[in-house]
Amino acid sequence: MLVFVIRRLLISIPVLLASTVLTFVIVKLSGDPLLYLKQRQPRPPQSFIDQQAHTLWLDRSWPVQYWHWISNLLLHGYWGPPVQGHNDVGSEIVSAFGVTARLVIVSVVIALVLAVLTGVISAVKQYSLTDYTTTTIGFVFLSMPVFWFAILLKQGGLWFNSKTGTHFFGTIGERSIPPITDTSFGAQFGDIMGHLILPVIVLGLVGYASWSRFTRASMLEVLNSDYVRLARSKGLSRRRVLVRHALRTALIPLTTVTALDVAALLGGAIITEHVFQWNGMGTLFLTALNTIDFNVMLGWLIVTATIVILFNLVADILYGILDPRIRHA
Amino acid sequence: MLEINEKSDVEAPSAPSKTEREFTVKERSQWRMALRRFLRHRVATASVFVFLLLILFAFVGPLVWKYDYINYTNDISQPPTLKHPFGTDSTGFDQFAVVMRGTAQSLKVAFIIGIVGTLAGALWGVVAGYIGTWVDSGLMRVADLILTIPALALAAALARSGGGTLVLIGLVLAAVSAPYVARVVRGVVLSLREREFIEASRALGASHWRIMLRHLLPNTVPVLLVNATLLIAQGILAETALSYVGFGIQPPDTSLGVLITTAQGALDSRPWLFYFPGIFIILIALSVNFIGDGLRDALDPRQTRERR
Repeated sequence: MLVFVIRRLLISIPVLLASTVLTFVIVKLSGDPLLYLKQRQPRPPQSFIDQQAHTLWLDRSWPVQYWHWISNLLLHGYWGPPVQGHNDVGSEIVSAFGVTARLVIVSVVIALVLAVLTGVISAVKQYSLTDYTTTTIGFVFLSMPVFWFAILLKQGGLWFNSKTGTHFFGTIGERSIPPITDTSFGAQFGDIMGHLILPVIVLGLVGYASWSRFTRASMLEVLNSDYVRLARSKGLSRRRVLVRHALRTALIPLTTVTALDVAALLGGAIITEHVFQWNGMGTLFLTALNTIDFNVMLGWLIVTATIVILFNLVADILYGILDPRIRHA
Repeated sequence: MLEINEKSDVEAPSAPSKTEREFTVKERSQWRMALRRFLRHRVATASVFVFLLLILFAFVGPLVWKYDYINYTNDISQPPTLKHPFGTDSTGFDQFAVVMRGTAQSLKVAFIIGIVGTLAGALWGVVAGYIGTWVDSGLMRVADLILTIPALALAAALARSGGGTLVLIGLVLAAVSAPYVARVVRGVVLSLREREFIEASRALGASHWRIMLRHLLPNTVPVLLVNATLLIAQGILAETALSYVGFGIQPPDTSLGVLITTAQGALDSRPWLFYFPGIFIILIALSVNFIGDGLRDALDPRQTRERR
């Protein structure tokens, strides 16, 4: 097992390096970072633009720029200067990541619990009313534009606030701005939770919709298998067969799918964050893309690619642990 | 089709003699069986009709409807009425016509994604799976690489560099989704290429391209069909998401995503501008998803509980 993990980690390194090359090309193709200077009225003198290009290494060839960037990152842990902002790129990514992680972890936990519950129920009672209802709900959420739903939900939250005269639902940002005056732990915690509810519902439903369908399908397959029939005919109770025999097996593929989806959510959640104006990874990327802040984009893409690769590895390892048939020799 | 259904379904008590049956009961090909299974999935069958209606609405509707999306009327900011079923916006454009146009454009994007993405992914997967060796590992590593980048971020970055025309957005989203298809198709091809019929055609002297295109590709069609519906549904949603974050189709060209994005500012005063395009996106994606579900049941019978 350990050998397998180490080998996979070693294989990941060239993949990650190749990924940096790919992201570098994409970022370079996405536009001219100094366009904002060139479009400014009155236009700054050419010498100033040239000097900016020089300090950002934009006047060198792509391979030189790439080497400059990757060697700085690997040898000094330096992400390069931001084009327009003043903050350090590394610390910006770290703080944005913390915000997104909070959103993603809470949504994933809630969505997973609900998805497994409803998935199992609708598999056990296939073609029942419960099954049809949850399946239909799942399909509707799979077919809904996330931001459309999010905007409606936000509107509902605002309506609730104005009806009750409270600020129960935070609809803008991950915390109140300006910060609430009460600095006690309870009040601060409440503030964070109030801002968390609506985005978690949005992001959770996206995960829930696909995971509950997945659970249902994988549960159905297991329930039809011979060993479950055997367990029942041996005289084990329905409940015991369901929980100990069927569910355990059915959840194995779900772990893989979830691990992969979580990675995508961590990098993404772009839409949800945009609607609720959270200062997370999604917003960071969109702002950087709008202004072609290439060092932020590069850093962002590398961080998300690393997360995806790591979660791929986690998925493989989990699979090996849960399914005794798979041996990583 | 229905005729055949009846004949084969009914185990008639006064069954004709054995020899007679042999000649009257038509042979059921694989595709006929699949069609039968598909028609049993009532929601999927209904979805085909809904989807056809949507296509009619989008492409034939503008020829029939009294207003068009270019000319504004004198009715400004009107809620839905009989005259303007979907209301009008602040310039006086009839929203029924505008939504027709948006649906048509969104469907075009979705079809580009579905067709180009599926074909590119299929070719990618067939070549990788059949040739194997370094070609396989090379092609698949490229797919892995693309999949390490969140699809929406990748599409946004690519779309930004090319400017937001309809065809470009469609092609970008197709490029982003092709690796998924390639992975699935490769898996299928890996198991197919060891089968006797491939060996036989190789023994008969068929070229590699002939084997790939004439023997392997047709056998992946069931998988491709299911995947194409997935791509279309996800493509429609991805297009709206791109529009929302500002990197999708650029006005004056339009799509359902563009319509919602522009309408969100007027959600308080003219909510109908926001509701109707959203409902049409859901209708398209939902019917396509259901069709995909029906196709999966029909073409991959292992998934369903009862043997049919």
